[in-house]
Amino acid sequence: MSGNHTFAEAAIRAGCRAYFGYPITPQNELCEYMSENMRKVGGAFIQSESELAAINMVVGASATGARAMTSSSSPGVSLKQEGISFLAGFRLPAVIVNIMRGGPGMGNIAPAQGDYFQATRGGGHGDYRTPVIAPGSIQEIADLVFVAFDIADRYRTPVMMLGDGMMGQIKEPVLFPEPIDPKKLPKKEWALTGRGNHPSRFLASLVLDPQRMENHNWNLFRKYEEIAKNETRFETYCVEDAEIIAVAYGTTARIAKGAIHQLRDQGLKVGLVRPITLWPFPNEILQQLSKKVKRFIALEMSTGQMVEDVRLALEGRAEVLFYGRPGGIIPEPDEFAQVIRDKMKS
Amino acid sequence: MELLNPWPKYHKQNVSSHYCPGCGHGVVHRIIAELLEEMDLGKQAFCVNPAGCAVLAYDYLDVDMIESSHGRGTAVATGIKRVRPDLFVFTYQGDGDLSAIGTAETIHSANRGECITVIFINNAVYGMTGGQMAPTTLLRQKTTTTPAGREPKYDGYTLHITDMVANLPGVVYAERVAVTTPAAIRKTKKAIRTAFQTQVDGLGYSIIEVLSACPTNWKLSPVESIEWIHTVLEKEFPLGVLTDKREKKT
Repeated sequence: MSGNHTFAEAAIRAGCRAYFGYPITPQNELCEYMSENMRKVGGAFIQSESELAAINMVVGASATGARAMTSSSSPGVSLKQEGISFLAGFRLPAVIVNIMRGGPGMGNIAPAQGDYFQATRGGGHGDYRTPVIAPGSIQEIADLVFVAFDIADRYRTPVMMLGDGMMGQIKEPVLFPEPIDPKKLPKKEWALTGRGNHPSRFLASLVLDPQRMENHNWNLFRKYEEIAKNETRFETYCVEDAEIIAVAYGTTARIAKGAIHQLRDQGLKVGLVRPITLWPFPNEILQQLSKKVKRFIALEMSTGQMVEDVRLALEGRAEVLFYGRPGGIIPEPDEFAQVIRDKMKS
Repeated sequence: MELLNPWPKYHKQNVSSHYCPGCGHGVVHRIIAELLEEMDLGKQAFCVNPAGCAVLAYDYLDVDMIESSHGRGTAVATGIKRVRPDLFVFTYQGDGDLSAIGTAETIHSANRGECITVIFINNAVYGMTGGQMAPTTLLRQKTTTTPAGREPKYDGYTLHITDMVANLPGVVYAERVAVTTPAAIRKTKKAIRTAFQTQVDGLGYSIIEVLSACPTNWKLSPVESIEWIHTVLEKEFPLGVLTDKREKKT
């Protein structure tokens, strides 16, 4: 199954019953799959007039307690940032999939990782964070979509799933988790479904009083601290005896593993840390490894974005190198291997 | 002493209004609250309120509400109604919100025939930000961003968005009313009742445009503002039913 189809099928199985999207390459298959399958399970599907409308439809659906999702690619996700900021302010759960392409501007439709800053730094306006999950295989997409909805509901926050054109398009075998009946999900006491015989409630992100606004911001911050404590995910690969450790996520982590096989065959001790959550970033494992390993290399399909988080994690404890290819160029394993070999010699 | 005209059930009581003297919002809020009670819709009502002066509508209306980012009210309402068709969903939006920044959402929710009700307050200016030009601002009308009067060469023409959407097959009922005289206010209530009933009957999209005074930004007294609506604004925006497709939909 393709990555895009897997995102969609996994979402439906995770109990998502509201999907709103707008066509943009390279994520169209996700939207198309939803158009065919969401209504079959009694869910809502709309091809919206814009990404702005789509994310605001997500706001409405989520406010009633439904598991809601939208997807797009880089330029479309820029448009969604307004709604993502409101979701954060409202404390509403949602899952947003970004299948990244080359940029800035219209860029191209080839795989890239240039939206790392936008995804991990909140993206929209205001003092908030968005948990960001970056799957590394089609199987992991299927599993992590469930995790994304769970985190979104548990912490009442938008969650972004970050892939790229390659993760969206490649096909691999996949086993899906058992479908969840949305009616059996934990009841959302905060959801607005008409006041009935109870006092009315409202969802607002407007907080005119500065003291109340500050309290709201600190409450959000404490929630983000909880998420950082409980939800950081990563994979380590061949790190036990490593002399240099690559740090890469998603597509570049797959390519890095190919490079590591080559280098290990040549007797070079290279390992990999693959962040699965990009925010929260797996700082602790990098800090632990830096007790033995003094060189890290960030590998990205960008001019260097995640490398800043590697530096922040290590705080000078080890040398941090970087190699990247932006603009939709997919590096070859040979290329990564060559770069790492050269760095090990120097 | 007994109040002859008590608080409607779905209007919060003992609140002081943040609206300016002579503003039309309070009248429309009261009409909505009365209708939610009379039509027994308050329990399942979900109101989407806008950016603008009426962002604080949740201080007055006593039903479940969500704030919308500027212009996106009908998209939010669409999301609510599609997953919960049993709820009574309406938006409350101003002219800047609905006919400038939210034009696309307004037209496309109407064109999809979403089964929602749109209450559109037209006062021909941006109220909350201090009286700037709106799409509905009249030619030659002075605002803080058209200090010499709206000049079509630079500022374009007055937009009639309700007339535009009334032509769409998805729009079942559209009417323009005004909150000026007691008779006009009664007509406003009747129009909103018809729009609400259109949703209750599952017929589709309805929009009620309400010409409403903004004395503060018009720099007129409340009495002069009402007079200005009658003599000037209603000439540009004539009152009346703009479309009624209820027969065809049943």
